[in-house]
Order: sequence, then structure tokens, then C-alpha cells
Amino acid sequence: MAHKWAMVVDLDRCTGCEACVVACHAENNIPTAGEDQASRGRAKHWIRVESYWEGEYPDARLRYQPVMCQQCDEAPCEPVCPVYATYHTDEGLNAQVYNRCVGTRFCANACPYTVRFFNFYNPVWEKPLNLQLNPDVSVRSVGIMEKCTFCVQRIRAAEIQAEGEKRDLKDGEFNPACVQSCASKALVFGDVHDPNSEVSRLARSNRSTKLLGELGTLPNVSYLQRGV
Amino acid sequence: MFHSSKQYWIAVALATCLVLAGVCTFLYQVYTGIGIWGLNSPVFWAFDITNFVFWIGISHAGTLISAILRLANATWRRPVTRCAEAITVFAVTIGAIIPVCHIGRPWLAYYLIPYPSERHIWPNFRSPLAWDFFAIITYLTGSTSFLLLPMIPDWAAVRDCSTGLRKKIYGTLSLGWQGTPRQWHRLETAMHIMSIVIVPVAVSVHTIVSWDFAMTPVPMWHSTIFGPYFVVGAIFSGIAGLILAMALLRKFLHLEDYLRPIHFQNLGKLLLTMSLLWFYFTFAERLTTWYGNDPSEMAVFWSSIRQNFAPMFWTMVVCNFIIPVPILAIKKLRTITGTCIASVGIVIGMWIERFLIIVPALEHKFLPYTYGHYQPTWAEMTLMASSFGLMFLLYLLFAKFVPVISVWEMKAGLHHPSATPHASTVTEVPIRSGFDDNPLPSDV
Repeated sequence: MAHKWAMVVDLDRCTGCEACVVACHAENNIPTAGEDQASRGRAKHWIRVESYWEGEYPDARLRYQPVMCQQCDEAPCEPVCPVYATYHTDEGLNAQVYNRCVGTRFCANACPYTVRFFNFYNPVWEKPLNLQLNPDVSVRSVGIMEKCTFCVQRIRAAEIQAEGEKRDLKDGEFNPACVQSCASKALVFGDVHDPNSEVSRLARSNRSTKLLGELGTLPNVSYLQRGV
Repeated sequence: MFHSSKQYWIAVALATCLVLAGVCTFLYQVYTGIGIWGLNSPVFWAFDITNFVFWIGISHAGTLISAILRLANATWRRPVTRCAEAITVFAVTIGAIIPVCHIGRPWLAYYLIPYPSERHIWPNFRSPLAWDFFAIITYLTGSTSFLLLPMIPDWAAVRDCSTGLRKKIYGTLSLGWQGTPRQWHRLETAMHIMSIVIVPVAVSVHTIVSWDFAMTPVPMWHSTIFGPYFVVGAIFSGIAGLILAMALLRKFLHLEDYLRPIHFQNLGKLLLTMSLLWFYFTFAERLTTWYGNDPSEMAVFWSSIRQNFAPMFWTMVVCNFIIPVPILAIKKLRTITGTCIASVGIVIGMWIERFLIIVPALEHKFLPYTYGHYQPTWAEMTLMASSFGLMFLLYLLFAKFVPVISVWEMKAGLHHPSATPHASTVTEVPIRSGFDDNPLPSDV
């Protein structure tokens, strides 16, 4: 049976350290937008840690919520692309074909989570950052959309490795960069078609909810609500 | 027809400058990226798509009105139809250029065309943008034929009274027209078929434009009212654009004897109807949203009514309803000047309406953390000015090289006020256009 990749975010465990954001930038060749562009609303983070204040001073609490592409089964971004640059893979991923994208930005408008990013300019890496590019990931040019892929390059590498060794993938054998770097283990990744995987177990928890689940997008990311 | 004043060439030069400014901006944008615009995350569409919807809206003046008036046999339409149809063709052309300029990689725009490719990739027919592509191409083809068909006898008339190269060009354009009864019959039949066909095409075009918004789960976009709301808005702004174009033609080409106060009065009545309809739709849409009280929609609702977009919103209501309705409803005020004042307001108000549909909704999507703010830049302003420049340029050239009043239809009206012409000998009467000093007698 084909895999179906999914993620669980435990909101009780997230400390808002943003290690996942840094790891994602390094893994996926995401350039930093810079002060000027970021102030114009063009910061580009495939995963971001949203912060919300709860309560009034002095009983205020800061809550964190990491948000990345939810890899929706009924993704609103997919049907609107006029050139099939975004589509659903057999393994439940919402894929972006950079070569095919003409940059209508329709998908970004349709996405309720605002996790699709547009390349307003060609990417630039100041020296020596240009030496740390990940050779497994395409660098995206001006005029196209990009988004979280669940580190599809790692998924493919692990699948090919397992296929070569004629064995099944083990749960937790590999992880996307954000999950790998999460010190408090707030992020868990795996195959929900495997009922014994940790991600399946956690997704069945009664704390499990979907972000904006009422929109019917059927996300493959589950959020475990805070206990307190 | 072929002698033009100094002012004419100054106007052409100014319009050409605007167009060139737009071309340069576009080339610079291709070289650097759409970053020179004010777009950001989450406002991925703003001025670009506002202008696109605006021009497609303006295009609904011509063909639709002219087709309906033809089908209703409204004889007063005769001098109006051609300048209306020309607006349509030019506005759709501009409307079709804008999406190509607005995409991130304009040099790959041909991916939207279903051409046979060895990779077997077709456009995505589920996408409203793909529907848009087909709708606009169909409308452009249809409205161009609708404009060109009844021009054939007039071109033949120009051919018969000119010499040299001019005779050759107009001879080619008139497609061997001789004015035989058979040819007249065919032309009438073709025009009748086109009038019927073009109405559903025009309605579908703006409905599909509205679906670019309504088919997405964005607060205040995802609405069943958008199809008819957009069609009404399009016809509304289209008639206003037509009245302004007619007033300009009347003034500068001295067509006072053809475009008479009665035409402005009748179009003014149509405009009044559309203004009331527009208000009804806007009111129904807002009231439904307010009662529904969905938090994500209310964020958009209040941002446009009370917060940062409130000045624009209330300007829109004043321009589209409060100013035009009294002017157009009171017979004494429904003069040429009156309808022009109302039309200027409506053109501005309807541009704002499209902006307010697009931008506040994108600024306030579901997650408050992602709320954004949009500010246009010089590049978007230049491109917008350039689209107006292109409209003026095309219209100026059109008024110079084509009889802006359908000569044969006017003459058909002379002899048979309500019937269709049969074998009228067009070539006997010399052709005139507004650039001449002596207009035709005024008893038309």
C-alpha cells in the first residue's frame, strides 16, 4: 500500500524557539527576504511559528502555533491552477511543479492558510551563504510559487534506499528538517497508512484537531490542542 | 476623414506616451520581477486584477447593449451601435493583455493554451482562470466580428470614393462588397445571428470573471451572488463608459446632429436602472454577510465599511448611487452634461468597487497572524495609466480610419425608419465623417 505522509503538531510541546524555521530555510534553499522586503510583507518561511497573546495584562500568555503547508486532501490551491503546476501525489502530498508554474498566484489566494509563497525577485544569497545550498533541492527562480514539500527530497531518498535494500520503510527512519530539529519533539512525522506509526497514534488522540477544519480542506497535519 | 487637426495629433502623441510608459514599466518588470509592484503575502492580487475586471466590465457596454437594442429593434440605436461595439473590442483587448502582464513569468503565458505538446500536458479545465482564457478569447472573437460585419458596406463606400493605396486597403477590407440584394440579405442574417449569440457570451464572460473570486474559499469572495452582481456591475460601468465616449466623439468630431440629447437620455434611463440594480445587489450582499456574522467575513466587512477602506467604500456608494440616481431620475437633469457627470462618477466608483472586492478580502484571510496590508507602487499606477492611454489611442485611431457612425444603418433609418434596408445604393451618397467640415443634414 502507498504511503500517506502526515504530521502532528503538539501545541503543548511547542516552545516557539523557531529552530524548525531555521532548519527549513537551510534544508530547502529558502533565501532570507531581508529587512526591507520583510517589512513589505514578503518574508518567506515555509514553516512559521504564529504567536497569539491570550488574556489581558498581567495575566497574558503567549501561545505558539507552527504553521506549514497542511498538504490538504481537498486542497483549494490545486483545482484553481490553470496549468497544473500544483497537483496531488499518490502519497498524499500537495506538490508544486516549479517548471510548470507561470505565476498567476491564484493558488496563494485560494490557500486559507497563506502558506504559499511567491518569488517576487530572483533569490540572492550573500557570501558565504551561497556555499551552503542543498544540492537535492531546486533553487526557485523569479515569478513562481513555492511551498513546504514535507521535505520530499528526504522522502524520496529514504524510499529509494529502502527499495534498494528490499525492505519496508521503518517509522521514524527519516524526518523532514523541521521535525528533525524540534528539540521539544512538538513535531512528529510519519505514514498514517501504518496504523502503528507514532503519527497515526497521535492523530487518533482526542486532543487532535485540524487547523480551519471547518473549511473541509482535509489537512494531513493534525494539531494536538493544549491540555491547559 | 483623412485631414486631422493639430489637437488630434497632440492627443495621439499623449496617448502614445502613456502606452510607451506602460511598455517600459512592463519590460523593467520582466527584467527584475513583480517585486516592483506593491503586492505581498497575502495580497497576491490588487491593481492588476482590479484593472482586468474594470476593463472587461467596460467592454460590456458595447456588444451587449448594441445586440439587445438591435434585437429589440430600437431605432434610436443606429448612431450609437458602432462606437459602443468599438469600446467593447478595445476594452476586451486591454482586458486580455493585463493577465499576461500580471503573471510571474509572462513569457510562459502560452501554457494556458491547449496546444498539442509532446508532454501531453493540457491546461487544467477545473481552473476558473482556464475558463477565463476561453471566455475572453470567445468574447474577443465574437465582438470583433460583431464590430467588423456591419462595417463592410461602409468600407465599400470609402473604397468607392478614394484612390490609390487607400482604395486598395479599403477595397481589401470591404471583402468585395457590391451591395447586391443577396449580400444585404446575408449581412442582415449574419447580424441577427450574431446579436443573439453575443448576449449569452457577454453574460458568461463576466460571470466567469466573478468566478475567479467566488470559486475560492476566501472570506467575502465565496459567494453565490457574485455571478449576477458582476454582470450587473459590468453593464453599469460599460454604459457609463459608452456615454463618456459618445460625449467626447460628439464634441471633438462635431457629431451633434447624430448623437443627440435623446441618445444620452435613453442611455441615461438604462444607466439609472443599472444603478438601482447595483445598489440592490451591494445591499443584499452586505446585509447577508452582516446577518451571517461569520468572524472571518466580518473582518473583511468591517475593514471595508468602518476601518481603513471606509473612505473608499463610501466614495464608491456616493459615486455609484447617491450622485447618479437623482441626476438620472429627474428628467430636467438627464441632459448630456448630467449623464456625463453621473458617468464619470460611475466609472470611478466601479473601479473602486472592484478594488474593494479584491484587496480587503485578501488582507483579512482566516488566520489573524497572516493579516497583511497593501500599498500600490509607481509601477502599478503607471501600468494602470497606460491601460487608459491604450484605450484612448485605439479609440483615436479608430475614429480617424473608420466611420464612427454606421453610415448605411443611418441611411436605412432615413428611408425605412424601422425596417431593414434592401439593396440601398450606398455609394451614391458621399461618405462623411466627423473630421469633415460639413456634417450631413440634421434631419436624420
